[in-house]
Amino acid sequence: MTQEEVCTQLKTQFGDAASALSETKGDRFVVVKDEKIVDVCRFLKTTTGLEFDYCQDITAVDWPARKVIEVVYHVYSLVHRHGLVLKAETDREKPSIATVESVWKAATWLEREIYDLFGVNFEGHSDLRRILLPDDWVGHPLRKDYQEAGGYHGIGNERQDPLVQLSKVTDERRKAVAAAVAAAAVAAAAAAPPEPATVPVAPATDPERKS
Amino acid sequence: MTPQDLHQVEPGTGVLFTNTSMLDDAINLARKNSIHYLLFGLACCGIELMQTGGPRADLDRFAAIFRASPRQADLMIVAGTLTYKMAVRTKLLYDQMAEPKYVLSMGSCANCGGLFQTSYSVCKGVDKIIPVDVYVPGCPPRPEALTEGLLRIQDIMMCERWKTKMRPGRVDPNAPMMISSKAK
Amino acid sequence: MAIDMQLDRHILRRTESSDEEIVVNFGPQHPSTHGVINFVTQTNGEVIRRSVPDIGYLHRGLEKIGEQVPYPGYMPFTDRIDYLAAMFANEGYAVAIERLLGVEAPPRAKYIRAIAGELCRISNHFISVGTMAQDIGAATPLTHALRERESINDLLEELCGARLTFNYHRIGGVAFDLPEGWAVKVLRFLDHLDSYIQEWDRLITFNKIFVKRLANVGIITREKAIDYGLAGPNLRGSGVNWDIRRDMPYGAYPDFDFDIPVGTGRFGTVGDCWDRYFVRVREMVESSKIVRQALAKLPEGDIQAKVARKLKPDAGEAVGRVESARGEMLYYVVSDGSEKAYRLRVRTGSFMAMGIIEELSHGIMVADLIAIIASLDVVAPEVDR
Repeated sequence: MTQEEVCTQLKTQFGDAASALSETKGDRFVVVKDEKIVDVCRFLKTTTGLEFDYCQDITAVDWPARKVIEVVYHVYSLVHRHGLVLKAETDREKPSIATVESVWKAATWLEREIYDLFGVNFEGHSDLRRILLPDDWVGHPLRKDYQEAGGYHGIGNERQDPLVQLSKVTDERRKAVAAAVAAAAVAAAAAAPPEPATVPVAPATDPERKS
Repeated sequence: MTPQDLHQVEPGTGVLFTNTSMLDDAINLARKNSIHYLLFGLACCGIELMQTGGPRADLDRFAAIFRASPRQADLMIVAGTLTYKMAVRTKLLYDQMAEPKYVLSMGSCANCGGLFQTSYSVCKGVDKIIPVDVYVPGCPPRPEALTEGLLRIQDIMMCERWKTKMRPGRVDPNAPMMISSKAK
Repeated sequence: MAIDMQLDRHILRRTESSDEEIVVNFGPQHPSTHGVINFVTQTNGEVIRRSVPDIGYLHRGLEKIGEQVPYPGYMPFTDRIDYLAAMFANEGYAVAIERLLGVEAPPRAKYIRAIAGELCRISNHFISVGTMAQDIGAATPLTHALRERESINDLLEELCGARLTFNYHRIGGVAFDLPEGWAVKVLRFLDHLDSYIQEWDRLITFNKIFVKRLANVGIITREKAIDYGLAGPNLRGSGVNWDIRRDMPYGAYPDFDFDIPVGTGRFGTVGDCWDRYFVRVREMVESSKIVRQALAKLPEGDIQAKVARKLKPDAGEAVGRVESARGEMLYYVVSDGSEKAYRLRVRTGSFMAMGIIEELSHGIMVADLIAIIASLDVVAPEVDR
């Protein structure tokens, strides 16, 4: 089945909740209303002829300009060899969408990762907690407006350029060596007898002889 | 700039000027030829660590074998990227090792954060948490480079004097981090 | 300086426990966890009640770095996503960006990509089966595997200059052409490999102890494998005949003739650890066939398509898929018209494999858990990125 046929079946079943295939450059996708995402996914998985049994990927994209966080579902059918990309838009202030864990078990960990990195709340998820970052991490890093805290548990996140550090070391050593040499010269001068005052020598060129 | 300069040892205590004693040398000879290194392969450098312990670039010919437990190890080869989540556990493992213990920082990521310096979750160098004795650069370092690093650790071991139990270049773990150090 | 320890034991507070049960951290520093992965395990003696994977110890923010680095400059980072099969990680990224731009690599580049990729697959599978044998208890096979892997490292080093993190593919092709006399060396290695795998089979694959340790352990049924999104040898070991190289063909793979090994439950049930292991060993043989065919039919021509220095694809999105050594690797790139990606997502086979371990861990022995983790061939950077 081509993507257009799958899309037509979706539209007949769900009407406005599923949009038409997008006309963007690259891969095409279907935008689904976020209330209906579980129904759409279950329909795709259980209908004979569609049977999208393999959830390849669930991820999210942050669009601060459009004030949404898009949750993107790449689903595939191993039986019929056709695939589809679904997108659901969630509000960026309080992103929340129902979980599709009941449709594909693969979604459990994929949705946990989106919660960890974007902050999207998945309603009905069995185990929603951070997965990649430590449990007491503040913030959601893959958002576009994420600001790094200055380190973690006392470990700083600044590091000076090693070449700068090295040049500082060589400067300090050079100063220390110069100071040691100067101190040695002063000590030697103090210990040796004072030299007699010398008559300044006349300049080499004789002003009367012009060449 | 010789490697000795980087440690900034005080005159009279460096490698060339040490008062040798037969007992010190005998003990250090035994110690340096029986290094047990902790298998602490975190990332890609861990695979090169495995290959260095493998048949061709064999670390076993220096009688250095890997141990899985920090209680049985005296060298910790930190091979790979250290993240903040792992840094906490690394400090615990380092504390569990018995003295005298040495740390070899293998690869760019362990030296200074490496390729991932702009990342939010990467610790910029393992010496922010534990004191390091030898830094081996590379991404990943070749087995020959890691072997050279191990030989440097052996040199450090030979310089240690049991009277003072201090070695040149040893950084006080509680002092602020600095690249040069003075022998105590 | 004092750093507070945090052990994630709240995971297991929800189950009831008797006095004899203990909670043990299996990892993150452990020789058998294939990288820094922690398994918080609740055991009653030797029998595990529940084992929950705790990942993230190698999370380096590679997806965020993808938004900070221009398109061509991201190639070295893809090596670090999966360092054991770095050629595939490079190739997947290159394929995704090529689809976004609408360019295609020239035929010679596609053949070279297949050769480099399949050599990398053999190298990865050696580590996989070698460490699996070590986890079961036999230490010598790992040294055998590392020795064979050194030969492949030498070949790939001659090709692209690096032993482990290759950075060999470019957007539009590959970076360097095959050196003089390289093909002869590869063929000599493959002759040695074909005879060596027979020795490996005699030594380990059909070894009675090995079979008894792995058969009927960690059975993943076909439906469960598909439902949990497993990929690659994990999926094929459960009897699902699915391979991206044949079913969603890309590159030069349509020109080659090779079989896809699938698990059959020869010594136990379909989908047990031995099936997944056997699929990997047979894949090495098939890879050697592919490399021979590719070297024989290698076309002349350019090795890189004409691509601009500063890439600025039009706004849009694309997906690049490759059949990596560890399963299907999917790169999802969203572009907004600038020279850096807007969003770069990498979906790896190991991440999905971690999700199934908790389900398999009820009521098994600790040694079986180690066998299961080894048979799923997870590697920490793929899980954490």
